[in-house]
Amino acid sequence: MAEEDDILRLEAVRKAYNVATPIETEVLHGIDMALHRGEFAALIGPSGSGKSTLLHLIGLLERPTAGRILIAGREIDALDEAGMTELRGRTLGFVFQFHHLLPEFTALENVMMPTLIDQGRATRAMRERARWLLGKVGLADALDKKPSALSGGMQQRVAIARSLAMNPPLVLADEPTGNLDSHTADDIFALLREFNREEGSAFLIVTHDARLAAGCDRRIELMDGRILASPSAQA
Amino acid sequence: MPFEWILALRFLREGRMQTALIMAGTTVGVAVIIFISALMNGLQASLASRTLSTQAHVTVRVPDDAPTPVLARGDTGIIAAHIEPRVQRLRSIDQWEQVYRQVALLPHVVDVSPLTTGSGFAFRGNASKAIAIMGILPERYERIVRIGDKLTAGQFRVGPGEAVIGCELANDLGATVGDRIRILSSENRDDVFRITGVFDLGVKDLNRRWVIMAQRNAQSLLDLSGGVTHIDLTVDDIFAAESVATRIASLTGLTAESWMAVNTQLLTAFKNQTMTTRTVRVFLILIVALGIASVLVVSVVQKQREIGILRAMGTSPRRIMWVFLIQGGLVGASGALLGSGLAALMVYGASFALRQSDGSPLISGSIEPAYYLSAAAVAILTGLLAAVAPARRAAKMDPVEAIRYG
Ligand SMILES: Nc1ncnc2c1ncn2[C@@H]1O[C@H](COP(=O)(O)OP(=O)(O)O)[C@@H](O)[C@H]1O
Ligand SMILES: [Mg+2]
Repeated sequence: MAEEDDILRLEAVRKAYNVATPIETEVLHGIDMALHRGEFAALIGPSGSGKSTLLHLIGLLERPTAGRILIAGREIDALDEAGMTELRGRTLGFVFQFHHLLPEFTALENVMMPTLIDQGRATRAMRERARWLLGKVGLADALDKKPSALSGGMQQRVAIARSLAMNPPLVLADEPTGNLDSHTADDIFALLREFNREEGSAFLIVTHDARLAAGCDRRIELMDGRILASPSAQA
Repeated sequence: MPFEWILALRFLREGRMQTALIMAGTTVGVAVIIFISALMNGLQASLASRTLSTQAHVTVRVPDDAPTPVLARGDTGIIAAHIEPRVQRLRSIDQWEQVYRQVALLPHVVDVSPLTTGSGFAFRGNASKAIAIMGILPERYERIVRIGDKLTAGQFRVGPGEAVIGCELANDLGATVGDRIRILSSENRDDVFRITGVFDLGVKDLNRRWVIMAQRNAQSLLDLSGGVTHIDLTVDDIFAAESVATRIASLTGLTAESWMAVNTQLLTAFKNQTMTTRTVRVFLILIVALGIASVLVVSVVQKQREIGILRAMGTSPRRIMWVFLIQGGLVGASGALLGSGLAALMVYGASFALRQSDGSPLISGSIEPAYYLSAAAVAILTGLLAAVAPARRAAKMDPVEAIRYG
């Protein structure tokens, strides 16, 4: 597979905390992995194995201690804070376990937020796309509701719609169904899958749920900061 | 509307109670600052105008004669044995018309009035009193001290042989309007005057000593034919009086004294008041700034998760910082607006409630726009500055921290 088809590539990535102190701990011990454009992958592993840490590195929220990370072919080591900020905004979508919507804003405004951040001002097109996305996740009737007026499952749907606002080539989801009942979790997963097919975004989804993981193109298993197995679907 | 403004406004709007409290605090702070400034200015203006209603802003006169050393012959030659102060002779200003014209043309000078004054005694029956002879040109002097407004009896008319005297003097002499008094000057000349009016200047010393008469009468009593001993003048800005006096002294070589030099206590009181006002203002600004800063710091901590998520969605730290700076500025601006309104009400109310001894309002019901503008500028600046620390804190916040432990 040609390298330019990879939306994500990690080479010998390490992450240690409290570097150069007596309590220095390395959490990730040399991660090599790649994700193709449009791939739908599950990141699995026991609690504490480093899944969230890996996602934060890929999400440019933290820098690795060693190794290379390329996103959409761009070496992130070469980027300054402004470059990272831009790449985060335009190339990546995030869904977090605790949905993290902005409580001051309505569902519609929350979904508009990534585009608003990118363009600086609200536009009609922005509003239309947000409306459409919320329709897709089944919340056409809840556009003007604040997060506090929505159930956990509904909030997570808003968060998913938001992660897709910029139509990013890579969406990172950290236990998006972690605190939802299994029925709602199935719905959410189906939604992610649908967006993956329709919009062509690649997904990297952290999950504990083996059943859900089984429905992905590929399972990457992490154990004690090392990747155990990651048979690529296309490999 | 730009993203930063949308966020700042929404954060403020949704922060209901906190926002309301801090805006109320800022409003009251701004109102008190404006009100106190207006009150102090009103107080000073009224004190100054009351004081200056009985005296010239600047008085020009002949310099005192220099003391002369008395010489003595000793072993080592002639030495000064002691310095003897001279008895001050009554002298008129050399070429006073020229000085008069020169002074009248100076900037700030409004009205100028020549006077011929000296000392003497007033007699009526058995009573005799030491007096000050005030020879004036009534229509000119009226513009310096409004004697006509201060009369308790009779009228302000000083034709030949007529005099207007202070109420205490009238009392001491047992004289009223229409009575005649004899006046003997220090130059040993005398004449009889008919009292046409009695005034009360509100200053005991003046009421006891002043005898106002036509300049010609004074000149002949004081043996200063055509002479003028003082030139009184008023200026458009009373606090410019000292600089005008200095200017006149250096131009003419005469002695020029401003009301500020004469009333040092009043000036000291003014300075102390101004200091007090300034101190109060500084502390109010500090309190308002601390209030705004503390509310914003709390808000930053509360919004840690949201800041993290905004960062993850591609918001730069700089823009996060602006969101909080704008909030500080907005709190300051709204405080300035509401505070100005409140101050206007307070000042309007005070113009009825606070009255001087004569019943006139202590402060006028309106405030100069400059007060509002400067208070508004200070409030907005204070809001912005108060927001700097919280905003920087927000910008430095680690997004992972917020996201991981959501
Ligand atoms: N800021 C940090 N400082 C020190 N250790 C950390 C920090 N963040 C995470 N860790 C440690 O890294 C390990 C992996 O954590 P995490 O990536 O959250 O695992 P997972 O998401 O798979 O449960 C854990 O042992 C955790 O305690
Ligand atoms: Mg985790």
